[in-house]
Amino acid sequence: MTKARTMVTKYEDDLRLFRRSRWYQVGILLLLVAYLLVPTVASEFQIDVLNRVGYFAIGAIGLNLLTGYTGQVSLGHAFFVGVGAYVAAYFGTQHGWPLLAWLPMAALLGGLIGAFIGPFALRLRGQYLAIITLGLLFVGEHVFDNWESVTGGGAGTQVAAPLKIGPLDFGNLKLGSTVYSRNQGLFFLIWAVVAIVLLLARNLVRTRPGRALQAVRDRDLAAEIIGVSQARYKISAFAVSSMLAAMAGGFYAVIQQYVSPTEFGGQVGLFLSIQFIAIIIVGGVGTLFGSVLGAFVVGALPRVIENLSTNVDLPFVSGDKGGDPGFLTVFSLNQMLFGLLIVAFLLFEPRGLAAVWFRIKAYFKSWPFSY
Amino acid sequence: MSDFLQVTVQGIAAGSKYALVALGFVVIFKATGVINFAQGGFVLFGAYLAYNVGTTWGLPFVFAVVLAMVGGAIIGATVERVALRPMIGQPPFAAIMITIGVLFVLEQIVTSIWGFDTLNLGDPWGNDRIAAGDVTIAVRNLWSVGLAGAALLAFFLFFRYSNTGVAMRATALDPEAALAQGISPGRVYTLAWAVSGAVAALAGVTLASGSGQLSPGIGYVALAAFPAIILGGLDSPAGAVLGGLLIGVSQALTARYLADWSWLGTNFHTVMPYVLMVLILLVRPYGLFGTREVQRV
Repeated sequence: MTKARTMVTKYEDDLRLFRRSRWYQVGILLLLVAYLLVPTVASEFQIDVLNRVGYFAIGAIGLNLLTGYTGQVSLGHAFFVGVGAYVAAYFGTQHGWPLLAWLPMAALLGGLIGAFIGPFALRLRGQYLAIITLGLLFVGEHVFDNWESVTGGGAGTQVAAPLKIGPLDFGNLKLGSTVYSRNQGLFFLIWAVVAIVLLLARNLVRTRPGRALQAVRDRDLAAEIIGVSQARYKISAFAVSSMLAAMAGGFYAVIQQYVSPTEFGGQVGLFLSIQFIAIIIVGGVGTLFGSVLGAFVVGALPRVIENLSTNVDLPFVSGDKGGDPGFLTVFSLNQMLFGLLIVAFLLFEPRGLAAVWFRIKAYFKSWPFSY
Repeated sequence: MSDFLQVTVQGIAAGSKYALVALGFVVIFKATGVINFAQGGFVLFGAYLAYNVGTTWGLPFVFAVVLAMVGGAIIGATVERVALRPMIGQPPFAAIMITIGVLFVLEQIVTSIWGFDTLNLGDPWGNDRIAAGDVTIAVRNLWSVGLAGAALLAFFLFFRYSNTGVAMRATALDPEAALAQGISPGRVYTLAWAVSGAVAALAGVTLASGSGQLSPGIGYVALAAFPAIILGGLDSPAGAVLGGLLIGVSQALTARYLADWSWLGTNFHTVMPYVLMVLILLVRPYGLFGTREVQRV
């Protein structure tokens, strides 16, 4: 009897990074084609949105490792995004470090600060942790605001960090005779990093550390008893998630070309942190590719609605194309949709878009005997 | 010395407002184990409701406050029934996120109805002040302290002596055992949210009193009340009030006396509550009066 290529019979098969199935390979190929094709066919606006989606995805993968896999809720994610953004501003712009130096520096510094704060924060569990990390946002804003020699103070600072790797300058990309715009170059850079980060994160969760993280999530005391040091894994998860947040922050600074303290602290920072949490809820808590799916929804929706409102007359909304007075502004509509999105997903699809995808897959896998 | 007293009194006044907000958090946490991030939305909603009744409809201020509290209670109960009830048995993370979602919706409802301008609540206190020795106190602040004290007393009596209060404590301790005694946990949860909504409305009124104090920004004061509840311990009403006062006083003192310490940076007092929270949590991870979590495998 021949067994199907996809059948898992050995432990090594179960651990494979890339599955053997034909569909999987076709899917990867399609993604690769999309990666090369999308920037050339999409409009500047669409590429800009996609770049932001990419930055959200990197940060959300980090948060998913912490919240989805280790079960620790952090509202301080925006602080680490801020750290990364300021590394891009300070080392990249002020000191002119090349991309391959300032980006790792962002990750390193984010990871170090995470590892330093982790032991304090992780003395607390669950809801206490959520609130103490909220404190991080306010203290962080204060530091960004007042450490003027590094951060440029409350007025913010310009970011023009170099984007060059060897002969490839992503800020001003030329391949042969084709010249790409800055946004197109950024798209190639950011989404390549998304792919690398996704691969690394997947590698992490499929091996011992990943299983340890999930053991800590499911029952930290029980994990401790079977020999998984919960302190060590909680702190590592915190550090890794901060690292990815800081990398995301670096890209945010580069997309925005300008950073200011209020974006990462206080109320706006809280909103940013909540956006990241919303991404993993919408995408799927505890599934890595869910973070990317969620980033598409949460990252693109507000921009798409803003764009829509300038072209279409939306009912009940003021400030859109029709210009009729409505009781909602476009901003209010966005915030409200965002709130409703979180509530609706938690109530009706708590495992997020990833669960929808799994259901669709299971339906076709067991076809024609699906039910 | 009189300067110190003056600053302390101001701190106590601000602290009693935090305390009222914090009380609302504690009621819900005690009964349902959920930290309600939408509390700021309730505060906002209550304050604007009082404005609407008192100024727009022109009813006496007492009615405005009472109706705002009733409205707050209705909103609280509705939110619990619609959004939080399905979350029973889910991880606390999910419930927190639901309340955050509710916060976003509430804030936008409030600003869509009443706009973004700063308004006058229409309270009878205005900017009146009275002098006691060297210290001058705004009348509205005196009322805030009085209302916070009254609310705490009411909570104490309610939880100690009323049947409903005892039922709520029983449910908080062990929902199943309470169920076996004929208490409906569902009703207790709804009630807790209603009470919290009413207290939040009261907090909103004290926060917005005075001329030109009512703006959507007061919803964010609820964020400053987080350190207060953490300091006191999430499930202790007395702790919430003490935490609120501690935060208020330390903030006022920092603003007055540490302003010259330039290495702390400007406006250090805005982050003082959080610094204090971190310091206390390092020593006592469950707050000053919070119940220690016992873990069993």
